[in-house]
Amino acid sequence: MSEAETVRRGKGTIFLRIEICKGCSYCIDFCPTHCLEFSREFNRKGYHYPVLARPEDCTGCDLCGLYCPDFAIFGVRFKDLEKLKPPQGPEPLIPTRP
Amino acid sequence: MSATEAPGFKLGVDIDNPVMPYLRRDRIPHIWCPGCGIGTTVNCFARALTESGLNLDEVAIVSGIGCTGRVAGYLNLDSFHTTHGRAIPFATGLKLANPKLKVVVYSGDGDLFAIGGNHFVHAARRNMDIMVVCVNNFTYGMTGGQVAPTTPLGPTQTTMPYGNFENPFNLPFLADACGAVYVARWTVYHVKQLTRAMKEGLNKKGFVFIEALSPCPTLYSRRNRLGDGVDQVKYYKEKSVIKNDANTKDVALGFQSEIIVGKFVDRERPTWLEAMNEHLGRVLGERYTPYGVTHVED
Amino acid sequence: MHADPRGVLTGVHFIDGDHAACEGALAAGCRFVAGYPITPSTEVVERFASRIPTVGGVFIQMEDEIASSIAIQGAAWAGKKVMTVTSGPGLSLMMEHVGLAAITETPCVFVDVQRGGPSTGLPTLPAQADMMQVKWGSHGDYEVIALSPHSPQECFDLMIKAFNLAETYRVPVFFMMDEVVGHMTERVVIPPAEQIEVVERRWTRKPPGEYRPYDTDESLVPEMVKAGDGYRIHITGLTHDERGYPAMNPTAQDAMVRRICAKIRQHAEKLVDVRMDGVEGAEVVVVSYGITSRVAGAAVAEARRRGLKVGHLRLVIVWPFPARLVRELAPSLKAFVVPELNMGQMALEVERAAAGRTRTISVPHAGGTVHEPEAILEKILEAAR
Repeated sequence: MSEAETVRRGKGTIFLRIEICKGCSYCIDFCPTHCLEFSREFNRKGYHYPVLARPEDCTGCDLCGLYCPDFAIFGVRFKDLEKLKPPQGPEPLIPTRP
Repeated sequence: MSATEAPGFKLGVDIDNPVMPYLRRDRIPHIWCPGCGIGTTVNCFARALTESGLNLDEVAIVSGIGCTGRVAGYLNLDSFHTTHGRAIPFATGLKLANPKLKVVVYSGDGDLFAIGGNHFVHAARRNMDIMVVCVNNFTYGMTGGQVAPTTPLGPTQTTMPYGNFENPFNLPFLADACGAVYVARWTVYHVKQLTRAMKEGLNKKGFVFIEALSPCPTLYSRRNRLGDGVDQVKYYKEKSVIKNDANTKDVALGFQSEIIVGKFVDRERPTWLEAMNEHLGRVLGERYTPYGVTHVED
Repeated sequence: MHADPRGVLTGVHFIDGDHAACEGALAAGCRFVAGYPITPSTEVVERFASRIPTVGGVFIQMEDEIASSIAIQGAAWAGKKVMTVTSGPGLSLMMEHVGLAAITETPCVFVDVQRGGPSTGLPTLPAQADMMQVKWGSHGDYEVIALSPHSPQECFDLMIKAFNLAETYRVPVFFMMDEVVGHMTERVVIPPAEQIEVVERRWTRKPPGEYRPYDTDESLVPEMVKAGDGYRIHITGLTHDERGYPAMNPTAQDAMVRRICAKIRQHAEKLVDVRMDGVEGAEVVVVSYGITSRVAGAAVAEARRRGLKVGHLRLVIVWPFPARLVRELAPSLKAFVVPELNMGQMALEVERAAAGRTRTISVPHAGGTVHEPEAILEKILEAAR
């Protein structure tokens, strides 16, 4: 979905670096509100990645971020959006097709 | 490359994953397999670092060799990736040479307890002031799934092709018996508890041991028809029983058995340096200046 | 800069080589020693353990030599000058960490009080049979520096040089004593601190962010920082790039291995340290080092008394080997005679450097005692014929 279509629903949301996700499904299985689902699409490495299927249920609790072994996803409460710092340093390398 | 549900906030521009400042961003993505839990323990460790209130310039991390041995290389701390099994004696030298440092050893079960077992027991005996995090995945991941000193009885490993018949270590019992002042076991399912244990460990003086059970989907789970990484974490969820203060001799692990987790030991004992300063101060009197207490020797 | 007076026991002493080596280390600024008991080296750490509490530093007896040889490297990265002390069997256990010190470029001193081998061998009796092990013992390609003292006074003097070289070149430096030098008691003069020159570590002046752990200038020796200074360094035993990050490719391997070898090889001429006695115009030159040089001196004197033109070349720095010097001497000689307490180790280097321009006559000895001077004399006479 494009950014333009999104609106703030629920208490929070997730951010995801799609291309470093390895599709382990930790975030999907252990999300306390079960608001994530696998994408239909593949990322460049051939993994399905999580999408926020039920944004109204997301609390931004960041348990997905705590579970994510690839540092790909994290959650944030809308009220904390301004507090999260902008990145410092290079963007993680996007894997290329083998 | 990113997905966001917050209009006006672009990932990597306006906002970033809170774990990123703790990582060497230019080394991400990491080498660990899909479903491996090591990265999850790193998340817990990053949050524990924040909560500990420590000055990160004075935290050093030392790893041995293996999958978990790569943790040092991803953390944005003074980090040392040493030889196989020898992270603890390296950490001992680092700590004693600059007692201001908080020194964390982060390594795997094979590294810490097979080749490095002797160093573990002696560092615990001395109550060396270091925190040891052992990511226990019951196998040698980096070399291809060989039997480890933690492999439960039963499962197949490449060097136990007919199933493991060697008795494994009960790691918390070992650490307890050797004199560790803080002993806890959690799994990567227990992210909050693991974070809290790491935070407590970072703020504890003396030899701290934290065992984190973590799936090795590629070489342990799949080979033993246990499904993916996430299936192992679900097993941790279903079969874990929290028993704080459990007697460590009762917490041994069997193949897919019940897992007793919790904080088992939390006690006080003088560290090696405290004992040295106390003893030499008493014996040598004014001739002795306590080491690493008032100032750090240059 | 001058030595820290707290570590310098100025005066005239009557002590053995092991004790003198310890005093040399203290004078050089060594403030962290990790060791494991092993005959005939233990007196070095025993003395350090008794001296260090009032000097200010740490001694720890580790659980084995493997631990000792890496604990010192941890301490080096926390800023200390460091040393470990052992003998043959312990040295064998330390070999993996010689490689770690070489690849991570960690300044450290390994003292080896040599005894008869292989294996447990002759714990209380001398040998010089670890000379090739310290050069080649760890896997992979790297360079080291090794010094060989022949008296307790040199155990003191050369130990300071050993530390200075370790700091200058960031390599493991071996201090190749033997049981006889270690246990021989002689007069040792320790000068005042202000007469002892010590080399401080080459700390970077670059701020965090600009500093890269393995960037080098023409010296090929990178500047160092220590843990806790805010640089957030990554140091690994894997092949790495200038940032210290693992780099698993042949290009990085080539650059790194060539540099850690070249940083010693390009300075090899500066690192020549020999004592020459009557080498000019000689027909035969005896090449020796350590305790054997004292026995060889008696044989050389007797040969000269008999009218032979015999020179004596004593290696003080054994590695890197003074190959150019030996090569240039070779054409005018009838032979080199190389006595040593092994079955012919440095004789191979002499032979290699001489490159067929003259003969090399080895005078091997399996250890357990020193040579009889007559055995060396016999070979000098054979060489002169």
